[in-house]
Amino acid sequence: MGPLIEFRDVCKYYVMGDNTVKANDHINMRIDQGEFVAIVGQSGSGKSTSMNIIGCLDVPTSGQYLLGGRDVGSMNRSQLAEIRNEMLGFIFQQYNLLPKYNLIENVEVPMMYRGISRAERKRRAVEVLTELGLSDHLKHKPSELSGGQQQRVSIARALVGEPPIILADEPTGALDSKTGKEVLRLLQELHQKGKTVVLITHDNSIARQAKRIIRLEDGCVVYDGPSDDPAAFRTHAEEVQAE
Amino acid sequence: MNLFDTARLAIGNIWASKMRTFLTMLGIIIGVSAVILIEGLGNGLQVYMEDAFDALGTSSIEVILMGRGSTRNADVEDMYQLLDENPQALESMTPTVTMSGVLKIGNETYSKTAVTGVSEDYLDIKSYEIEKGRNLQYMDMKDRKAVCLVGSYVDQTYFKGRSVGETLKVGKNKLTVVGVVAQEEEELREGGTDDIVLLPYTSAARYSMTGQISRYTFTATDPDHSDEAVDLIEARLYEIYGTESAYMIVSMAQLLDTFSSMLNVMITILAIIAGISLVVGGIGIMNIMLVSVTERTREIGIRKALGAKETVILSQFVTEAAVTSVIGGIFGIGFGILMCRVATKLVVQILQVKMSVIPDAQSIAMAVGVSAGIGILFGYLPAKKAANLNPIDALRYE
Repeated sequence: MGPLIEFRDVCKYYVMGDNTVKANDHINMRIDQGEFVAIVGQSGSGKSTSMNIIGCLDVPTSGQYLLGGRDVGSMNRSQLAEIRNEMLGFIFQQYNLLPKYNLIENVEVPMMYRGISRAERKRRAVEVLTELGLSDHLKHKPSELSGGQQQRVSIARALVGEPPIILADEPTGALDSKTGKEVLRLLQELHQKGKTVVLITHDNSIARQAKRIIRLEDGCVVYDGPSDDPAAFRTHAEEVQAE
Repeated sequence: MNLFDTARLAIGNIWASKMRTFLTMLGIIIGVSAVILIEGLGNGLQVYMEDAFDALGTSSIEVILMGRGSTRNADVEDMYQLLDENPQALESMTPTVTMSGVLKIGNETYSKTAVTGVSEDYLDIKSYEIEKGRNLQYMDMKDRKAVCLVGSYVDQTYFKGRSVGETLKVGKNKLTVVGVVAQEEEELREGGTDDIVLLPYTSAARYSMTGQISRYTFTATDPDHSDEAVDLIEARLYEIYGTESAYMIVSMAQLLDTFSSMLNVMITILAIIAGISLVVGGIGIMNIMLVSVTERTREIGIRKALGAKETVILSQFVTEAAVTSVIGGIFGIGFGILMCRVATKLVVQILQVKMSVIPDAQSIAMAVGVSAGIGILFGYLPAKKAANLNPIDALRYE
């Protein structure tokens, strides 16, 4: 079986007036089933663009993105929605919960778009929320919870459809360090249970939680290797200096 | 995502902003209730008019002869012959001679009383009854007798209810009252239906200047034979006069038809004008849906990221618009029916006319259908906008 996520010469260009911004410039990478990978980079490095492409929210300008062996670039918007629902669980920095709905209803959303019956949806939402220690708040609105709790709700929502990939975009960005660690511990647990976890962050200390680091600078991959190699967290300039 | 989920979401969202939704609905409520009220008024007028024509006799046909000078005129004999020859279409006939002479009782003169020369069939044609004394008879016609019937008003007011056997004068001619026509109107009044004197048409013709009888009232066997009856009369008169300008035939059935279609046109135009407010209401819905889409951009982004297809987002917003306008339509029906009741009371009180404003099931069904249609039509544009949002931009939206 091939890699779960594969970028083949992926380019993403944005035309802004007279300039063309190369957000992703010939990126090649392969992420296998069950890996815990952090995609790291400063703002403007192209990591958000990569995340959008991995998350099937966007398609490459050129090159190929294969998700589970399927070429995403040739899919229409409806097929993209379907594959997001099936393959990906999103965890966002701002949680992105629906403020008017209670926790159960929030967690139900991905299952609703999969056509699962209401009773079954509810059963599974309660199950996942309970696992994440939120059983006391099932009927609460997100605004009644702390940031850490809200992020756990969004993790529950990401998990409930049992997608193979968890895509976490700065998941601790809005949290204090203690609750941030808790969230990272949860991601570790998911990895141990066999999920493929892709973490997008600008923070090296958080990226260290992953087994493997892919470092982007100016739309290109400058490092791809284990997280315990000191080179993983040097910028390209520092790298040149070290040599 | 099934239809039930979509509807539940829509109702949930509508309920979450009750006040705004209600204000949005107001346009539809006013539009639907206005259409129902106007249709109700139309139905009421139609019924009122039909009743009024029924009282006049829907199957009656008025014939007025203008003549053409020197050539032969149609006379009473011609008309009776026409009646006798066509029993399948024509039931009865009376000449009517309107007298210009004033009524005199004792030394008093009364100018508002209608004095008319008629045949013995007149009461039948008009569905009048004799209350006291006797009807006019064939012999009265034949012998040009100086007798008459009076209406209840004349009997009660001028003779204190003892008119039979008394005499009165039309112009210079003295007539003996032989009978009283039963009261027709609810209240007796001067110049009303009960303020009448009826005398044999032969006598009336003799008293009048010309001696000519120029007006006849036929009745058809039933309203359905009215057109046939008109054709028969027309054919005979044309045969006699050789020109259409010498006579005029007015059939109540045709008149009712003409009035009905005029009324229909009027009501339809009014309903269309009222319908414009439905369109305005629809634009209100579109406007608020556009605001709603902008407000919920982030929600749309989240839903899309979690796997909502464009068609799902589209149908969610279209359903919201449609549910809003259908609920508006239902309120509009309630309000419209209420307004019909109020209008009925007002018409009775203010105009002193017995007319009920009746909303009909058809216009109600149409109003609901139209309001749902408007919701879908005007909801589509904002919904399409929502469905086309780019999930990345939508997620970033603050």
